Amino acid sequence: MSQAFLFYFFAAVAVLSALGVVFHPRPARALLCLVVTMFALAVHFTLLGAYFVAMAHLIVYAGAVLVLFLFVIMLQGAGAREIALHQRFNIIYLFPAGLVSLLLAGGLIALIRGGAFRALQIVEGTAENIGTLLFNQYLLPFEWTSLLILLGVFAAIALAKKDAA
Amino acid sequence: MIPATHYLILSAVLFSIGILGVLIRRNILLILLSIELMLNAANLNLIAGSAMHGRLDGQLSAFFVMVVAAAEVTIGLAIAVLLFRQKNSVDTHEIKELKG
Repeated sequence: MSQAFLFYFFAAVAVLSALGVVFHPRPARALLCLVVTMFALAVHFTLLGAYFVAMAHLIVYAGAVLVLFLFVIMLQGAGAREIALHQRFNIIYLFPAGLVSLLLAGGLIALIRGGAFRALQIVEGTAENIGTLLFNQYLLPFEWTSLLILLGVFAAIALAKKDAA
Repeated sequence: MIPATHYLILSAVLFSIGILGVLIRRNILLILLSIELMLNAANLNLIAGSAMHGRLDGQLSAFFVMVVAAAEVTIGLAIAVLLFRQKNSVDTHEIKELKG
């Protein structure tokens, strides 16, 4: 029962703060809304038994990625402000919004009608279980990710160098 | 027990809020933030799928998505800083050089 309460409460928190990310006029506050979304999502991951992924998610997102974003946004100061949505609203904007809503509504109706009502069988994703699977079955993709991160570091240095051509 | 469908619905709602952000925001950093939101909605979907099938593979996929997202943020932010240095603005309407 308390699990259901946790789910619905943090689902509401996640959706509301996600709306804050999209609609808040001040970039730094939109970013702090995303931090709230990340924490709510970490609660959902924990409820689903993905303990390791939830902790990694908190460390990587709330701890590193969003702080990096915050630095960049604060470095830009007033330059990062944007014109409020209602001041540049155009009737054309309604078409992509309507398309997205139609797709979403169609998908949700198909989902609810067509079953997929499978009972959850929660597997505990502890560090031990995840590590065993990662270093046996998924060893090669894991090594590829290290190469990807290395390339990302090279690209970031090459881009951010002052005298880059 | 919460039905699996509710997780999928929550993930779909978060994903479409992310699409909305990409469509209506004009600050390139906030577009990147909305992309992060979409990636995390996909992660929630993967982990819910993992619990639906009683396997751990979905959780590992979410882990790999996180790694790719970290690399994407590194390069995206470097490009945003470079743009800001050159144009003194992060508005997508100021970036017109790519127009044919």
